[in-house]
Amino acid sequence: MSYTIQGATGPWEVVVGLEVHAQVISRSKLFSGAATAFGAEPNSQVSFIDAGFPGMLPVINRECVAQAVRTGLGLKAQINLWSRFDRKNYFYADLPQGYQISQYAHPIVGRGSVEIELSDGSRKTIGIARLHLEQDAGKSLHDQHPTKSFIDLNRSGVALMEIVSEPDMRSPEEAGAYLAKLRQILRYLGTCDGNMDEGSMRADVNVSVRRPGEGFRTRCEVKNVNSVKFVMQAVEAEARRQIEVWESGGEVEQETRLFDVARGITRSMRSKEDAHDYRYFPDPDLPPLVLDPAWVEELKASLPELPDERRARYIAMGLSAYDAHVLTLERETAAYFEEVAQGRDPKLAANWVTGELFAALNRMKRDITDPPVSARHLGELLDLIADETISGKIAKDVFEIMLETGEAPRAIVESRGLKQVKDSSAIEAAAAQVLAAHADKVAEYRAGKEKLFGFFVGQVMKAMQGKGNPALVNEVLRKLLG
Amino acid sequence: MSVDAATVKRIATLARIRIEDAALPRMVEELNGILAWVEMLREVDTQGVEPMAGGAPTGQPSLRMREDEVTDGGIAEAILANAPDREGPYFAVPKVVE
Amino acid sequence: MSKPTDLTIAAARAALARREISAVELTRACLDAIARLNPRLNAFITITAESALRQAEESDRRIAQGMARPLEGIPLGIKDLFCTAGVRTTAASRILGNFTPPYESTVTAHLLRDGAVFLGKLNLDEFAMGSSNATSAFGPVENPWSRANDPETRLVPGGSSGGSAAAVAARLVLGATATDTGGSIRQPAAFCGVAGIKPSYGRCSRFGIVAFASSLDQAGPIARDVRDCAILLRSMAGFDPRDSTSADLPVPDFEAAVERGVAGLRIGIPREYRMEGMPAEIEALWQQGIAWLREAGAEIVDVSLPHTKYALPTYYIVAPAEASSNLARYDGVRFGAREEGEDLRDLYERTRAAGFGAEVRRRILIGTYVLSAGYYDAYYLKAQQVRALIRRDFEQAWERCDALLTPATPTAAFALGEKTEDPVAMYLNDVFTVPANLAGLPGMAVPAGLDAQGLPLALQVIGRPFDEETVFAVAGVLERAADFRATPRLIA
Ligand SMILES: [Mg+2]
Ligand SMILES: [Zn+2]
Repeated sequence: MSYTIQGATGPWEVVVGLEVHAQVISRSKLFSGAATAFGAEPNSQVSFIDAGFPGMLPVINRECVAQAVRTGLGLKAQINLWSRFDRKNYFYADLPQGYQISQYAHPIVGRGSVEIELSDGSRKTIGIARLHLEQDAGKSLHDQHPTKSFIDLNRSGVALMEIVSEPDMRSPEEAGAYLAKLRQILRYLGTCDGNMDEGSMRADVNVSVRRPGEGFRTRCEVKNVNSVKFVMQAVEAEARRQIEVWESGGEVEQETRLFDVARGITRSMRSKEDAHDYRYFPDPDLPPLVLDPAWVEELKASLPELPDERRARYIAMGLSAYDAHVLTLERETAAYFEEVAQGRDPKLAANWVTGELFAALNRMKRDITDPPVSARHLGELLDLIADETISGKIAKDVFEIMLETGEAPRAIVESRGLKQVKDSSAIEAAAAQVLAAHADKVAEYRAGKEKLFGFFVGQVMKAMQGKGNPALVNEVLRKLLG
Repeated sequence: MSVDAATVKRIATLARIRIEDAALPRMVEELNGILAWVEMLREVDTQGVEPMAGGAPTGQPSLRMREDEVTDGGIAEAILANAPDREGPYFAVPKVVE
Repeated sequence: MSKPTDLTIAAARAALARREISAVELTRACLDAIARLNPRLNAFITITAESALRQAEESDRRIAQGMARPLEGIPLGIKDLFCTAGVRTTAASRILGNFTPPYESTVTAHLLRDGAVFLGKLNLDEFAMGSSNATSAFGPVENPWSRANDPETRLVPGGSSGGSAAAVAARLVLGATATDTGGSIRQPAAFCGVAGIKPSYGRCSRFGIVAFASSLDQAGPIARDVRDCAILLRSMAGFDPRDSTSADLPVPDFEAAVERGVAGLRIGIPREYRMEGMPAEIEALWQQGIAWLREAGAEIVDVSLPHTKYALPTYYIVAPAEASSNLARYDGVRFGAREEGEDLRDLYERTRAAGFGAEVRRRILIGTYVLSAGYYDAYYLKAQQVRALIRRDFEQAWERCDALLTPATPTAAFALGEKTEDPVAMYLNDVFTVPANLAGLPGMAVPAGLDAQGLPLALQVIGRPFDEETVFAVAGVLERAADFRATPRLIA
């Protein structure tokens, strides 16, 4: 069932497109040798180029170009072997050159697509219109002084990829799923760290509404939304606002708006009246960017496995669709799982990672990048189960001890004597004792109440503190009760 | 094409150059003089001509790429030394209201 | 021996090597000349006497140790558009205030590497926008030449490198750096009776040169003669990885080319340069130049550059468009002068209104207009297309000839205050020089004669892309034939 919002006069469809700015992972900036690391002292990662000093000229960073190409390939998009940088001219305190170097007419990446999965299990393809490289601006701080704004140019010149989707999304959920999926792909590719808190990914959300079956109506752009949740909220809030405008006989005006997180509404940005005449023209400081097809092929060949491919591979390994999905959400989770599963039963590995480990992470409020049990230790634990050193049940106890102490599972099993007992005489002794203590139940069993067999197994295991080899216990009991 | 006073004001705002109203008529006249003169380009048939961007005499070479190394920065004092107004490690401007 | 300031760079180099003069003596002679004449000529914005003498002392030490570099101890003036580390750089604009760059332009760094001594920063039209040096915020430069029958009328030195040309002509410096966006080396060189070459686009790095129009700007030398230009250009030129438009080509021995001669060369005479209303003296000079080259063994061929008349209007769209963007960084935030305002926008508008002079403001507005929504295609894109046609004209001419000979300017130097009412009349000064900028070609002005008033006139040689050597060869022949020895009234 497609998503609509019920207005006073009937149902409305929502149309959403996203422009995502993703900070490129690189050591130095797009056009200068200054560092890109987050959180440095103000203006300490600034070259004269980034500060727009007289006579300074841009020289492009090869790695930033490579990252854009990798991303384009990851989005199954057209790589344009000929692209060009343009200047986007406007004045702002944190835009030192008075223009942003961007790619307007000829972006490095053309059409591509991203497949999203929705909560009802359905899948949908969202079109990518383009991806281009551009410089980030600096940062303005407005709350440090009563009458002044402060300018820090550390971000100025950092490479961004602007990834523009087609207006293919039709609900807040789709918009959220698209952003999450895009983030996942970029993180897999290692082209953007996806840290939305640090501003490494920001979305401009284009929203319009229409009557089902209609053409597009006027859209508004909600600027700089910085989480999946806020994107979903912003879409809904903006759609409801527009529906109200239309339904009250008004006209939605194309404009730039901000999402007020605290109040859950969008509001118009002040005085952007002439911001739209950017006077784009080809940057005369930069000849066109011409890519060697062989280099693009090289980058393609060295591309890591992407989440969709990895998930398909996991399913082929025998994992459930659900496990394959959750294990591939984050690249780090998948890497952890792969280490645990290496040379072992993948289903068992998946059960332990999605079960015990995820529960522990939740409980301890820790992240897969900082796991309380290393993948190597968890793997060892699975080996102990597999070679019947311990039972699955004991393994859970061992896991708890591993969480507490950080000790290796084998050491825990040794020092605490948790090794499975495979000595049939010890089992026979324990079984004989249990049968003797429950002569009445033995009689009932022999009279035909066969389901009591489980009771005897339980009692024997209990007597052996769970360490009896279950198969042997069964075998011994059958023989004694035979 | 010619410009009127309102257009010149709009252009001046885009360019962030204040023009006093008294100076407008003269500026309108001067700009129109130049624009009327460049009008002669209209007579040139440029159908299908690839525009020449950049100044290279032998056609545009392709962009040279540098390696991704940190070779610059760490010069905050030099960056700030010419600033008309600064507050500690920041450039300062009149407060901007978003 | 003649006065030290009379020495050409080649002669000074020899005299220094033979220890007939010291670098300090040579530098002092220049500084004395500057002290005497600059108050009237106004060729210098900043004089760096102390550091010049320190550099000269270092040069003398190196010469004594037999470690002289190619330009060891040669005193030069630097157009104040080149950023010089620790020395105020103004671009002749109020908006740069007391801007002192902590970095050195690549071109001046090359000259320092080769042992040159910098006497100071030379005046120019504001941001290199002008053809008379009258737009400088530091006042106009006076041409050291004057009319024989009217010695009191002060003449312009041309522009934008007016300070460079005037300082070389008056022998305050042995040579000077300059830049040329539409004729700013060749036109002032012509007006001041000295030589100047704008090399091919990409030959000299633009790194550290205050940008006017990025796709047109090129640095080059102004010097007393063709050989001195060759010597300076060899130092100034060269590939620079910090300029993405710098050409990765070896720098030839330009000096060797000066003596090469023109025997067997085909010299093209573009018929469209014969402009309506061109003074008879200019036409006569051109014919004289043709005769000199023919006598020297060149074959003269008629060629056509059909889009010549569109070069100036094309230039006056492309250059202001790029300038409007290049000059956006002068906003009173990170460096330069600031006018306070009620808010940020007011600060910008007041700073830029007060900081830029009338011509710069005019060009920024034109440039902003031709790039603005709805006008881009009609103006900017159209101009880029015509520019492509102009370059194609030259490419076709190169099938028939090896270099072109044209007049350098349509007139001799004019009086200060003339042509200021109508901007377009001023722009027409560059009618012969602008096409080479649009096509990125090397062009050189060589003094070749005097007009009836005793003012210098020059010829221009235009060459194939990166073929400065042929330009020097042709210019060398013209120079030897013209044997131009006249000197201005104001001279050290
Ligand atoms: Mg955007
Ligand atoms: Zn963007």
